[in-house]
Amino acid sequence: MADISISNSSTAAVGSLSVEALAGPQKRARKEALIRSVFLLASLVSILISVLIVVSLVRESWTFMTQVDWSVTWGQNGWRPRRGLYDMPTLLVASLIVTVIAMLVAGPLGLGAAIYLSEYASKKTRSFFKPILEVLAGVPSVVLGFFALFFISPQVIERIGRNGWLVIGAVIIIAYLAVIAGWTRNLVRREAGTELATQIKRVLTLTALVATALILIWWVNSVAGSGDPASADFFSVKRSGQLAAAAVGVGILTIPLVASVSEDALASVPQELRSASAGLGARKLTTTVQVVLPAAVSGIVAAFIIGISRALGETMVVFMAGGAADEATFTSSPFEGSLTMTAGMASLATGTDNVVGEGLTFQSLYFVGFVLFLLTLFLNIAAGRFVNRVRERY
Amino acid sequence: MNAEEIATDDSVVTDMADAVPATTGQDRGFVAEDIVFDASDLSVYYGDFRAVRDVNMLIQRKEITALIGPSGCGKSTVLRSFNRMNDLIPTARVEGNLLYRGVDLYDPRVDPVEVRRRIGMVFQKPNPFPKSIYDNVAYGPRVAGRKKGLDDVVESSLKKAALWDEVKDRLQESAIGMSGGQQQRLSIARAIASDPEVLLMDEPCSALDPIATARIEELMAELKDEYTILIVTHNMQQAARVSDRTAFFSVEVDETSDRRTGLLVEYTTTEKLFSNPDDERTENYITGRFG
Repeated sequence: MADISISNSSTAAVGSLSVEALAGPQKRARKEALIRSVFLLASLVSILISVLIVVSLVRESWTFMTQVDWSVTWGQNGWRPRRGLYDMPTLLVASLIVTVIAMLVAGPLGLGAAIYLSEYASKKTRSFFKPILEVLAGVPSVVLGFFALFFISPQVIERIGRNGWLVIGAVIIIAYLAVIAGWTRNLVRREAGTELATQIKRVLTLTALVATALILIWWVNSVAGSGDPASADFFSVKRSGQLAAAAVGVGILTIPLVASVSEDALASVPQELRSASAGLGARKLTTTVQVVLPAAVSGIVAAFIIGISRALGETMVVFMAGGAADEATFTSSPFEGSLTMTAGMASLATGTDNVVGEGLTFQSLYFVGFVLFLLTLFLNIAAGRFVNRVRERY
Repeated sequence: MNAEEIATDDSVVTDMADAVPATTGQDRGFVAEDIVFDASDLSVYYGDFRAVRDVNMLIQRKEITALIGPSGCGKSTVLRSFNRMNDLIPTARVEGNLLYRGVDLYDPRVDPVEVRRRIGMVFQKPNPFPKSIYDNVAYGPRVAGRKKGLDDVVESSLKKAALWDEVKDRLQESAIGMSGGQQQRLSIARAIASDPEVLLMDEPCSALDPIATARIEELMAELKDEYTILIVTHNMQQAARVSDRTAFFSVEVDETSDRRTGLLVEYTTTEKLFSNPDDERTENYITGRFG
């Protein structure tokens, strides 16, 4: 008891506080509340806009779905909305072809660039390459559409289409050479410093020079000598585009996206893991493949999914270089022209809200948009699931 | 000082004979054929900046050698030069000689990857790969191209690291879920699995609690029978407890450029260094007057 009375008297000396003294000014509390509601409003507006988009999409699609004769949406040998033929497989297959080829271009190149930038490049090279990638990301898609239509289509795809066997042969030869090169490199490493190694190096250099010369001769010959109008003049206008050209263009547009998201994923792998791997006697490539890539897999999968979404949604390039105007015949060949879902929509909705065509043409575009929306949604959910499953395994 | 000179000297010499006067018989000498590392005038640079200068050290096989000293004295840098981990830093460069069992580690023909397979490393922060416990331990043998008998390697390495009983039923589970102390013992098991001759440990206990630290120290005492161990520690008691020899590093500051360069002040048996050091700087440090 005596202790308590002592402590009481000592508090009295300091002086007791009222709650108001610690309550803070009223004005500050009001300001906090105001700021809070401003940010809440901003987030609500964006949610509202998204909801409105989905609602309008669903409403017009609903009109289409309830009124259309479903037999015209399947197996009609072509997407001809002005004539009331809404063959979905035409658009779906074209979108699939474009997306697959685009990812065949953007996947390896994007991931490869990311691995180089994150694992191999010195600071100096990185500061040189990254801005270039960003420039590529900033190329307007209409410019790439031009590039796809006037260069990729006549100079690359036409050539592949015409000389398919030649290209396949070239790929096989290159793969074969790569295997030989890898094998010789190991041999050279084992025999380092000996006469044999010098000899092998000499032979290899010579082979590489001869191979380069041969490829150059073939290229010049096929450009200048074949008499084909498309190849007579390097930048001559090709008669029309085709899906593959558009897809390569879309792929080029997608590279920076895949590269930058993958690079973020790789860069977030802790440096300690690389040191640990090196400390256990792993070579750089082993460390990258065995440790860094698995640790970054969720981010890399995300990069690919984002890339696929981008390729699926890209419009201008496929519209310009896809080789079809406002209607398309069903094709499953990447060397022919067709309309993807996005190009199909864009080609009819140009400049005015009057879509020329019979009854449901306008609504059919909403329906296509709705399908595209569902696909992307499904893709994102599936990606999320996959990423989680991979992550759990660790 | 190199191994051949020592060999002529009755095959037993006192440590750092030129720097430290021989003390009474309790001082343990080096046996020439058991010298693992021989560093002479070793300096490590980062770009133009000399981080450590003129290190002269012999490391005896199957002993624990501790490197102590204040922050920035370059003890970790020296340790990392012993298995060429500094090569991973683009600007790092080594001058002087570093012989590993008679071979110059920095000879252009030497492959750092091969060096690291023989001289394992355990890092400050436990750093298991995001893989299963099994795959973590099997990593070293696998990158060295081994495919058969991995089960045995994993089991014996985990046993040596005193971890087997705790994890034998969950080898396929992720190593990320283990406690810090377990993760660090896993790092040791992983290093052992490559069958190295030397283990370099860079402050292996600094991220661990006292109980986990005690276990790692016990483990080091056991591993000494098979491996040569170099440990960097900022904990003087730890150096005194576990090591046979201790090297004390210090820092000198260049007044004009304000650059700090590490140097080896004194290197002798742990017993002598902590009870009767020859250098005043060592004494100041171990008695807590500096650092």
